[in-house]
Amino acid sequence: MPLSSRHLLGLQGVPKDDIQLILETANTFREVLERPIKKVPTLQGKTIVNLFYENSTRTRISFELAEKRLSSDTINFSQSSSSVKKGESLKDTIRNIEAMKIDMIIIRHSAAGTPHYLTKICNANIINAGDGIHEHPTQALLDMYSLKERFGKLEGLKVCIVGDVAHSRVALSNIYGLITMGAKVSVCGPSTMIPRFIEKLGVNVTYDIDEAIRDNDVLNVLRIQLERKAGGYFPSLREYAKYFGITQERLDNNKDITILHPGPINRGVEISSEVADGNNQIILHQVTNGVAIRMAVLYLLGTLN
Amino acid sequence: MPDQIKVVDKLGLDRILTRISHEILEKNKGSENLVLMGMRTRGEFLAARIAKKIKQIDEIELPLGILDVTLYRDDFRTSLKQPQVSVSNITFDINGKDIILIDDVLFTGRTVRSALNALMDFGRPASIQLFILIDRGHRELPIRADYVGKNIPTSVYQEIKVKMEEIDGEDSIYLVELNKK
Repeated sequence: MPLSSRHLLGLQGVPKDDIQLILETANTFREVLERPIKKVPTLQGKTIVNLFYENSTRTRISFELAEKRLSSDTINFSQSSSSVKKGESLKDTIRNIEAMKIDMIIIRHSAAGTPHYLTKICNANIINAGDGIHEHPTQALLDMYSLKERFGKLEGLKVCIVGDVAHSRVALSNIYGLITMGAKVSVCGPSTMIPRFIEKLGVNVTYDIDEAIRDNDVLNVLRIQLERKAGGYFPSLREYAKYFGITQERLDNNKDITILHPGPINRGVEISSEVADGNNQIILHQVTNGVAIRMAVLYLLGTLN
Repeated sequence: MPDQIKVVDKLGLDRILTRISHEILEKNKGSENLVLMGMRTRGEFLAARIAKKIKQIDEIELPLGILDVTLYRDDFRTSLKQPQVSVSNITFDINGKDIILIDDVLFTGRTVRSALNALMDFGRPASIQLFILIDRGHRELPIRADYVGKNIPTSVYQEIKVKMEEIDGEDSIYLVELNKK
Protein backbone atom coordinates (compact mmCIF):
# COMPACT_ATOMS: atom_id res chain seq x y z
CA MET A 1 0.00 0.00 0.00
CA PRO A 2 1.53 3.33 -1.04
CA LEU A 3 0.82 6.66 0.68
CA SER A 4 -2.46 8.31 -0.22
CA SER A 5 -0.81 11.61 -1.22
CA ARG A 6 2.22 12.48 -3.34
CA HIS A 7 3.16 15.35 -1.01
CA LEU A 8 3.72 15.64 2.73
CA LEU A 9 2.34 19.06 3.61
CA GLY A 10 1.22 18.42 7.17
CA LEU A 11 -0.38 15.78 9.37
CA GLN A 12 -3.84 17.36 9.38
CA GLY A 13 -6.16 14.87 7.73
CA VAL A 14 -3.42 12.32 7.03
CA PRO A 15 -4.99 8.87 7.53
CA LYS A 16 -3.78 6.48 10.21
CA ASP A 17 -2.64 3.96 7.61
CA ASP A 18 -0.28 6.50 6.07
CA ILE A 19 1.30 7.41 9.40
CA GLN A 20 1.59 3.73 10.26
CA LEU A 21 3.28 3.03 6.93
CA ILE A 22 5.80 5.84 7.42
CA LEU A 23 6.62 4.69 10.97
CA GLU A 24 7.05 1.07 9.85
CA THR A 25 9.14 2.01 6.83
CA ALA A 26 11.41 4.03 9.13
CA ASN A 27 12.35 0.76 10.90
CA THR A 28 14.05 -0.37 7.72
CA PHE A 29 16.10 2.80 7.55
CA ARG A 30 17.02 2.65 11.24
CA GLU A 31 18.68 -0.65 10.36
CA VAL A 32 20.46 0.93 7.36
CA LEU A 33 21.84 3.63 9.69
CA GLU A 34 23.48 0.95 11.85
CA ARG A 35 25.43 -0.54 8.93
CA PRO A 36 29.08 0.15 8.20
CA ILE A 37 28.03 1.61 4.84
CA LYS A 38 25.00 3.73 5.63
CA LYS A 39 23.85 4.14 2.06
CA VAL A 40 21.40 2.40 -0.26
CA PRO A 41 20.94 3.01 -4.00
CA THR A 42 17.16 3.41 -3.87
CA LEU A 43 16.71 7.00 -5.09
CA GLN A 44 19.55 6.98 -7.61
CA GLY A 45 18.88 9.49 -10.36
CA LYS A 46 16.39 11.56 -8.36
CA THR A 47 17.21 15.20 -7.70
CA ILE A 48 16.01 16.81 -4.50
CA VAL A 49 16.18 20.52 -3.66
CA ASN A 50 16.38 21.70 -0.06
CA LEU A 51 14.77 25.09 -0.16
CA PHE A 52 15.33 26.74 3.20
CA TYR A 53 13.99 30.26 3.56
CA GLU A 54 14.53 30.06 7.32
CA ASN A 55 17.54 29.05 9.37
CA SER A 56 17.86 25.44 10.41
CA THR A 57 20.55 23.09 11.68
CA ARG A 58 18.91 19.80 12.54
CA THR A 59 16.18 19.63 9.95
CA ARG A 60 18.36 20.69 7.04
CA ILE A 61 21.26 18.41 7.89
CA SER A 62 18.84 15.60 8.66
CA PHE A 63 17.09 15.93 5.30
CA GLU A 64 20.37 16.27 3.46
CA LEU A 65 21.79 13.15 5.12
CA ALA A 66 18.60 11.24 4.42
CA GLU A 67 18.76 12.24 0.76
CA LYS A 68 22.42 11.30 0.44
CA ARG A 69 21.91 7.98 2.18
CA LEU A 70 19.26 7.14 -0.40
CA SER A 71 21.75 8.07 -3.19
CA SER A 72 19.74 10.96 -4.59
CA ASP A 73 21.40 14.13 -5.84
CA THR A 74 20.81 17.08 -3.56
CA ILE A 75 20.90 20.83 -4.04
CA ASN A 76 20.89 23.21 -1.11
CA PHE A 77 19.35 26.61 -1.31
CA SER A 78 19.42 29.21 1.39
CA GLN A 79 17.71 32.51 1.10
CA SER A 80 20.67 34.57 2.27
CA SER A 81 22.98 33.60 -0.60
CA SER A 82 20.42 33.51 -3.43
CA SER A 83 18.74 35.83 -5.90
CA VAL A 84 15.91 36.25 -3.41
CA LYS A 85 18.15 39.02 -2.14
CA LYS A 86 17.86 40.65 -5.59
CA GLY A 87 14.10 40.62 -5.30
CA GLU A 88 13.15 37.42 -7.14
CA SER A 89 9.73 36.18 -6.10
CA LEU A 90 9.07 32.74 -4.63
CA LYS A 91 7.09 31.71 -7.69
CA ASP A 92 9.86 32.70 -10.10
CA THR A 93 12.46 31.00 -7.95
CA ILE A 94 10.48 27.75 -7.91
CA ARG A 95 9.72 27.88 -11.64
CA ASN A 96 13.40 28.35 -12.43
CA ILE A 97 14.54 25.57 -10.16
CA GLU A 98 11.92 23.27 -11.63
CA ALA A 99 13.09 24.11 -15.15
CA MET A 100 16.40 22.49 -14.19
CA LYS A 101 14.54 19.15 -13.92
CA ILE A 102 14.22 18.31 -10.27
CA ASP A 103 11.99 15.68 -8.67
CA MET A 104 11.33 16.79 -5.13
CA ILE A 105 11.37 19.97 -3.06
CA ILE A 106 11.88 20.16 0.70
CA ILE A 107 10.62 23.57 1.76
CA ARG A 108 10.96 25.60 4.94
CA HIS A 109 9.41 29.04 4.93
CA SER A 110 8.25 31.55 7.51
CA ALA A 111 4.86 31.91 5.82
CA ALA A 112 2.25 29.29 6.67
CA GLY A 113 0.86 27.57 3.57
CA THR A 114 3.95 27.97 1.38
CA PRO A 115 4.25 24.19 0.73
CA HIS A 116 0.58 24.06 -0.29
CA TYR A 117 1.19 26.94 -2.67
CA LEU A 118 4.15 25.11 -4.24
CA THR A 119 1.95 22.14 -5.11
CA LYS A 120 -0.09 24.50 -7.28
CA ILE A 121 2.81 26.04 -9.21
CA CYS A 122 5.05 23.03 -9.86
CA ASN A 123 4.98 19.29 -10.41
CA ALA A 124 7.64 18.13 -7.95
CA ASN A 125 6.78 16.19 -4.80
CA ILE A 126 6.66 18.71 -1.96
CA ILE A 127 7.70 18.00 1.62
CA ASN A 128 7.00 20.58 4.30
CA ALA A 129 10.03 21.11 6.55
CA GLY A 130 8.23 23.75 8.59
CA ASP A 131 5.93 26.53 7.38
CA GLY A 132 5.69 29.44 9.77
CA ILE A 133 3.61 28.62 12.83
CA HIS A 134 1.56 26.04 10.90
CA GLU A 135 3.03 22.51 10.62
CA HIS A 136 6.29 20.57 10.76
CA PRO A 137 5.17 17.03 9.88
CA THR A 138 8.52 15.21 9.82
CA GLN A 139 9.29 16.48 13.33
CA ALA A 140 6.00 15.11 14.62
CA LEU A 141 6.61 11.82 12.80
CA LEU A 142 10.04 11.42 14.36
CA ASP A 143 8.58 12.28 17.78
CA MET A 144 5.93 9.60 17.30
CA TYR A 145 8.53 7.12 16.06
CA SER A 146 10.70 7.78 19.12
CA LEU A 147 7.71 7.28 21.41
CA LYS A 148 6.69 4.10 19.63
CA GLU A 149 10.23 2.83 20.00
CA ARG A 150 10.12 3.57 23.73
CA PHE A 151 6.58 2.54 24.62
CA GLY A 152 5.76 -0.02 21.89
CA LYS A 153 2.55 1.77 20.88
CA LEU A 154 1.01 5.21 20.71
CA GLU A 155 -2.56 4.26 21.47
CA GLY A 156 -3.59 5.47 24.90
CA LEU A 157 -0.25 7.16 25.54
CA LYS A 158 -0.63 10.38 27.53
CA VAL A 159 1.40 13.15 25.94
CA CYS A 160 1.52 16.77 27.09
CA ILE A 161 2.96 19.48 24.86
CA VAL A 162 4.50 22.20 27.01
CA GLY A 163 5.30 25.81 26.21
CA ASP A 164 4.55 28.18 23.38
CA VAL A 165 1.83 26.09 21.77
CA ALA A 166 0.38 29.08 19.90
CA HIS A 167 3.50 29.72 17.85
CA SER A 168 4.64 26.13 17.47
CA ARG A 169 4.37 24.15 14.25
CA VAL A 170 5.85 21.20 16.13
CA ALA A 171 2.92 21.33 18.54
CA LEU A 172 0.26 21.46 15.83
CA SER A 173 1.72 18.58 13.81
CA ASN A 174 2.13 16.51 16.96
CA ILE A 175 -1.47 17.18 17.99
CA TYR A 176 -2.84 16.07 14.61
CA GLY A 177 -0.58 13.02 14.36
CA LEU A 178 -0.90 11.80 17.93
CA ILE A 179 -4.67 12.14 17.98
CA THR A 180 -4.93 10.20 14.71
CA MET A 181 -2.81 7.46 16.30
CA GLY A 182 -5.04 7.30 19.37
CA ALA A 183 -2.85 9.05 21.95
CA LYS A 184 -4.31 11.29 24.65
CA VAL A 185 -2.94 14.74 24.04
CA SER A 186 -2.89 17.76 26.31
CA VAL A 187 -1.14 21.12 26.24
CA CYS A 188 0.34 23.20 29.03
CA GLY A 189 1.77 26.70 29.09
CA PRO A 190 1.13 30.33 29.99
CA SER A 191 -2.42 31.28 29.02
CA THR A 192 -1.03 33.82 26.53
CA MET A 193 0.62 30.96 24.64
CA ILE A 194 -2.33 28.58 24.50
CA PRO A 195 -4.56 29.38 21.52
CA ARG A 196 -8.25 29.92 22.17
CA PHE A 197 -10.50 27.03 21.14
CA ILE A 198 -7.61 24.58 21.03
CA GLU A 199 -9.88 22.07 22.83
CA LYS A 200 -11.72 21.74 19.52
CA LEU A 201 -8.74 19.78 18.19
CA GLY A 202 -9.41 17.20 20.89
CA VAL A 203 -6.77 18.19 23.43
CA ASN A 204 -7.01 19.02 27.12
CA VAL A 205 -5.58 22.24 28.50
CA THR A 206 -3.80 22.81 31.78
CA TYR A 207 -1.88 25.81 33.04
CA ASP A 208 -0.17 23.93 35.88
CA ILE A 209 3.12 22.28 34.93
CA ASP A 210 3.24 20.10 38.07
CA GLU A 211 -0.16 18.68 37.22
CA ALA A 212 1.03 18.04 33.64
CA ILE A 213 4.09 16.19 34.91
CA ARG A 214 2.05 14.10 37.32
CA ASP A 215 -0.64 13.10 34.83
CA ASN A 216 1.35 12.24 31.70
CA ASP A 217 3.67 9.58 30.30
CA VAL A 218 5.45 12.05 28.06
CA LEU A 219 6.23 15.75 27.98
CA ASN A 220 7.13 17.27 24.64
CA VAL A 221 8.88 20.45 25.72
CA LEU A 222 8.77 23.21 23.14
CA ARG A 223 11.44 25.80 22.64
CA ILE A 224 10.67 29.38 23.56
CA GLN A 225 11.01 30.89 20.10
CA LEU A 226 12.57 34.26 20.69
CA GLU A 227 12.75 34.85 16.92
CA ARG A 228 8.95 34.83 16.84
CA LYS A 229 8.84 37.52 19.52
CA ALA A 230 7.81 35.01 22.14
CA GLY A 231 9.31 37.30 24.76
CA GLY A 232 6.28 39.54 24.52
CA TYR A 233 3.92 36.90 25.87
CA PHE A 234 5.32 36.64 29.40
CA PRO A 235 7.06 39.11 31.72
CA SER A 236 10.56 37.63 31.63
CA LEU A 237 12.49 34.50 30.72
CA ARG A 238 13.26 34.04 34.40
CA GLU A 239 9.60 34.06 35.24
CA TYR A 240 8.83 31.59 32.44
CA ALA A 241 11.58 29.30 33.70
CA LYS A 242 10.22 29.54 37.22
CA TYR A 243 6.64 28.62 36.34
CA PHE A 244 7.04 26.36 33.30
CA GLY A 245 10.71 25.31 33.12
CA ILE A 246 11.26 21.56 33.46
CA THR A 247 13.65 20.92 36.33
CA GLN A 248 14.83 17.76 38.03
CA GLU A 249 12.95 18.68 41.25
CA ARG A 250 9.71 18.95 39.31
CA LEU A 251 10.30 15.53 37.75
CA ASP A 252 10.51 14.01 41.25
CA ASN A 253 6.71 13.80 41.07
CA ASN A 254 6.89 11.39 38.15
CA LYS A 255 10.28 9.75 37.86
CA ASP A 256 9.29 7.61 34.84
CA ILE A 257 8.23 10.47 32.63
CA THR A 258 9.83 10.72 29.18
CA ILE A 259 10.98 14.12 27.95
CA LEU A 260 11.10 15.10 24.29
CA HIS A 261 12.44 18.34 22.90
CA PRO A 262 12.56 19.26 19.21
CA GLY A 263 15.68 21.40 19.65
CA PRO A 264 17.45 23.73 19.70
CA ILE A 265 17.38 23.85 23.50
CA ASN A 266 17.34 27.06 25.51
CA ARG A 267 19.11 25.64 28.55
CA GLY A 268 17.80 27.10 31.77
CA VAL A 269 14.64 28.46 30.13
CA GLU A 270 12.16 25.76 29.09
CA ILE A 271 14.36 22.94 30.33
CA SER A 272 17.19 22.84 32.87
CA SER A 273 20.59 21.56 31.86
CA GLU A 274 20.23 18.76 34.36
CA VAL A 275 17.07 17.47 32.67
CA ALA A 276 18.42 18.11 29.15
CA ASP A 277 21.32 15.76 29.90
CA GLY A 278 19.44 13.50 32.32
CA ASN A 279 17.89 10.05 32.21
CA ASN A 280 14.34 11.07 31.35
CA GLN A 281 15.11 12.73 28.03
CA ILE A 282 15.50 11.02 24.65
CA ILE A 283 16.49 14.14 22.73
CA LEU A 284 19.39 12.66 20.80
CA HIS A 285 17.37 9.53 19.96
CA GLN A 286 14.88 11.89 18.35
CA VAL A 287 17.67 13.33 16.22
CA THR A 288 18.90 9.91 15.10
CA ASN A 289 15.36 8.77 14.35
CA GLY A 290 14.82 11.98 12.39
CA VAL A 291 17.15 10.77 9.65
CA ALA A 292 15.35 7.42 9.45
CA ILE A 293 11.91 9.07 9.33
CA ARG A 294 13.00 11.44 6.58
CA MET A 295 14.49 8.55 4.61
CA ALA A 296 11.15 6.76 4.95
CA VAL A 297 9.18 9.76 3.71
CA LEU A 298 11.59 10.36 0.83
CA TYR A 299 11.46 6.69 -0.11
CA LEU A 300 7.67 6.50 0.01
CA LEU A 301 7.17 9.67 -2.03
CA GLY A 302 10.19 9.27 -4.30
CA THR A 303 9.33 5.78 -5.52
CA LEU A 304 5.67 6.54 -6.14
CA ASN A 305 4.81 6.23 -9.82
CA MET B 1 -8.45 -20.29 -9.68
CA PRO B 2 -5.55 -20.89 -12.06
CA ASP B 3 -4.42 -24.42 -12.95
CA GLN B 4 -1.64 -25.66 -10.76
CA ILE B 5 0.38 -28.86 -10.45
CA LYS B 6 2.21 -29.91 -7.34
CA VAL B 7 5.79 -30.59 -8.43
CA VAL B 8 7.39 -31.17 -5.03
CA ASP B 9 5.71 -32.39 -1.84
CA LYS B 10 6.68 -32.17 1.82
CA LEU B 11 8.94 -35.19 1.77
CA GLY B 12 10.50 -34.10 -1.50
CA LEU B 13 11.33 -30.68 -0.07
CA ASP B 14 12.89 -32.23 3.01
CA ARG B 15 15.05 -34.53 0.86
CA ILE B 16 16.23 -31.59 -1.24
CA LEU B 17 17.26 -29.68 1.87
CA THR B 18 19.07 -32.72 3.30
CA ARG B 19 21.01 -33.22 0.07
CA ILE B 20 21.89 -29.52 -0.24
CA SER B 21 23.10 -29.38 3.38
CA HIS B 22 25.51 -32.24 2.63
CA GLU B 23 26.57 -30.59 -0.62
CA ILE B 24 27.32 -27.31 1.16
CA LEU B 25 29.50 -29.11 3.72
CA GLU B 26 31.21 -31.21 1.05
CA LYS B 27 32.06 -28.28 -1.18
CA ASN B 28 33.34 -26.12 1.68
CA LYS B 29 35.16 -29.02 3.38
CA GLY B 30 33.24 -28.48 6.61
CA SER B 31 31.42 -25.58 8.08
CA GLU B 32 34.15 -23.58 9.77
CA ASN B 33 33.87 -20.27 7.95
CA LEU B 34 30.29 -20.54 6.73
CA VAL B 35 27.37 -18.25 7.38
CA LEU B 36 23.84 -18.63 6.03
CA MET B 37 21.97 -15.69 4.54
CA GLY B 38 18.29 -16.11 3.78
CA MET B 39 16.54 -13.68 1.49
CA ARG B 40 13.15 -12.47 2.64
CA THR B 41 10.64 -13.97 2.75
CA ARG B 42 10.94 -17.68 2.01
CA GLY B 43 14.72 -17.77 1.81
CA GLU B 44 14.71 -16.88 5.47
CA PHE B 45 12.82 -20.06 6.38
CA LEU B 46 14.85 -22.21 3.98
CA ALA B 47 18.02 -20.91 5.65
CA ALA B 48 16.68 -21.76 9.09
CA ARG B 49 15.93 -25.32 7.99
CA ILE B 50 19.36 -25.78 6.43
CA ALA B 51 20.93 -24.46 9.64
CA LYS B 52 19.02 -27.13 11.55
CA LYS B 53 20.14 -29.90 9.18
CA ILE B 54 23.77 -28.81 9.28
CA LYS B 55 23.59 -28.83 13.05
CA GLN B 56 22.38 -32.45 12.95
CA ILE B 57 25.19 -33.45 10.58
CA ASP B 58 28.11 -31.42 11.90
CA GLU B 59 26.98 -30.38 15.38
CA ILE B 60 27.70 -26.76 14.69
CA GLU B 61 25.36 -23.79 14.85
CA LEU B 62 25.94 -21.58 11.81
CA PRO B 63 25.27 -17.83 12.03
CA LEU B 64 21.98 -17.05 10.34
CA GLY B 65 21.24 -13.71 8.71
CA ILE B 66 18.19 -12.28 6.98
CA LEU B 67 18.57 -10.04 3.99
CA ASP B 68 15.93 -7.67 2.63
CA VAL B 69 16.90 -6.42 -0.81
CA THR B 70 13.97 -4.13 -1.58
CA LEU B 71 16.06 -0.97 -1.40
CA TYR B 72 18.44 -2.38 -4.02
CA ARG B 73 15.86 -3.26 -6.65
CA ASP B 74 16.19 -1.91 -10.17
CA ASP B 75 12.51 -1.59 -11.03
CA PHE B 76 11.42 1.41 -8.94
CA ARG B 77 11.05 3.52 -12.06
CA THR B 78 9.12 0.96 -14.05
CA SER B 79 6.96 -1.08 -11.71
CA LEU B 80 3.49 0.11 -10.92
CA LYS B 81 3.29 -1.20 -7.40
CA GLN B 82 5.45 0.27 -4.68
CA PRO B 83 7.28 -2.56 -2.97
CA GLN B 84 7.01 -2.83 0.78
CA VAL B 85 10.35 -2.61 2.53
CA SER B 86 11.36 -4.79 5.42
CA VAL B 87 14.35 -5.01 7.73
CA SER B 88 17.57 -6.94 7.20
CA ASN B 89 18.79 -8.69 10.31
CA ILE B 90 22.47 -9.52 10.25
CA THR B 91 23.92 -9.58 13.74
CA PHE B 92 27.40 -10.84 12.84
CA ASP B 93 30.37 -9.52 10.90
CA ILE B 94 30.39 -10.87 7.33
CA ASN B 95 33.96 -9.76 6.57
CA GLY B 96 36.05 -12.74 5.45
CA LYS B 97 33.13 -15.19 5.72
CA ASP B 98 31.91 -17.67 3.14
CA ILE B 99 28.28 -16.73 2.67
CA ILE B 100 25.65 -19.16 1.47
CA LEU B 101 22.96 -16.93 -0.05
CA ILE B 102 19.58 -18.63 -0.01
CA ASP B 103 16.42 -17.93 -1.99
CA ASP B 104 13.44 -19.93 -3.18
CA VAL B 105 13.18 -19.27 -6.93
CA LEU B 106 15.80 -18.17 -9.45
CA PHE B 107 14.16 -16.46 -12.42
CA THR B 108 15.61 -13.34 -14.10
CA GLY B 109 18.53 -13.13 -11.67
CA ARG B 110 17.73 -9.53 -10.78
CA THR B 111 16.92 -10.22 -7.15
CA VAL B 112 20.25 -12.02 -6.75
CA ARG B 113 22.01 -9.03 -8.30
CA SER B 114 20.30 -6.82 -5.69
CA ALA B 115 21.37 -9.19 -2.94
CA LEU B 116 25.01 -9.15 -4.05
CA ASN B 117 25.04 -5.35 -3.95
CA ALA B 118 23.33 -5.33 -0.57
CA LEU B 119 25.82 -7.80 0.91
CA MET B 120 28.76 -5.71 -0.29
CA ASP B 121 27.38 -2.82 1.76
CA PHE B 122 27.59 -4.97 4.88
CA GLY B 123 31.25 -5.88 4.37
CA ARG B 124 33.66 -7.89 2.26
CA PRO B 125 32.91 -11.58 2.45
CA ALA B 126 35.54 -14.12 1.34
CA SER B 127 33.02 -15.68 -1.02
CA ILE B 128 29.32 -15.79 -1.80
CA GLN B 129 27.70 -19.04 -2.95
CA LEU B 130 24.10 -19.24 -4.09
CA PHE B 131 21.56 -21.86 -3.14
CA ILE B 132 18.30 -21.80 -5.05
CA LEU B 133 15.45 -24.16 -4.32
CA ILE B 134 13.95 -23.95 -7.82
CA ASP B 135 15.71 -22.74 -10.96
CA ARG B 136 13.01 -21.92 -13.50
CA GLY B 137 15.20 -20.41 -16.26
CA HIS B 138 14.73 -17.13 -18.17
CA ARG B 139 17.87 -15.44 -16.87
CA GLU B 140 18.34 -11.79 -17.81
CA LEU B 141 21.70 -11.42 -16.08
CA PRO B 142 24.83 -13.63 -16.05
CA ILE B 143 24.01 -15.30 -12.74
CA ARG B 144 23.99 -19.02 -11.83
CA ALA B 145 23.39 -20.98 -8.66
CA ASP B 146 26.06 -23.08 -6.92
CA TYR B 147 23.46 -25.37 -5.37
CA VAL B 148 20.16 -26.09 -7.08
CA GLY B 149 17.29 -27.91 -5.39
CA LYS B 150 15.51 -28.69 -8.62
CA ASN B 151 15.54 -27.43 -12.19
CA ILE B 152 12.04 -26.80 -13.50
CA PRO B 153 12.05 -25.36 -17.03
CA THR B 154 9.05 -23.05 -17.36
CA SER B 155 7.41 -20.81 -19.89
CA VAL B 156 6.84 -17.14 -19.14
CA TYR B 157 3.14 -17.92 -18.76
CA GLN B 158 3.88 -20.10 -15.78
CA GLU B 159 4.89 -19.32 -12.24
CA ILE B 160 6.57 -21.28 -9.47
CA LYS B 161 4.89 -21.00 -6.10
CA VAL B 162 6.90 -22.20 -3.12
CA LYS B 163 4.83 -22.78 -0.02
CA MET B 164 6.38 -23.28 3.39
CA GLU B 165 4.78 -24.34 6.59
CA GLU B 166 6.14 -21.33 8.52
CA ILE B 167 3.97 -18.84 6.60
CA ASP B 168 1.80 -20.78 4.15
CA GLY B 169 0.75 -23.65 6.37
CA GLU B 170 2.06 -26.36 4.03
CA ASP B 171 5.32 -27.59 2.50
CA SER B 172 5.01 -27.91 -1.26
CA ILE B 173 5.98 -26.41 -4.58
CA TYR B 174 3.47 -25.71 -7.33
CA LEU B 175 3.79 -24.97 -11.02
CA VAL B 176 1.03 -22.49 -11.79
CA GLU B 177 -0.40 -21.74 -15.23
CA LEU B 178 -1.11 -18.03 -15.63
CA ASN B 179 -3.74 -16.72 -18.00
CA LYS B 180 -2.23 -15.79 -21.36
CA LYS B 181 -2.92 -12.21 -22.27
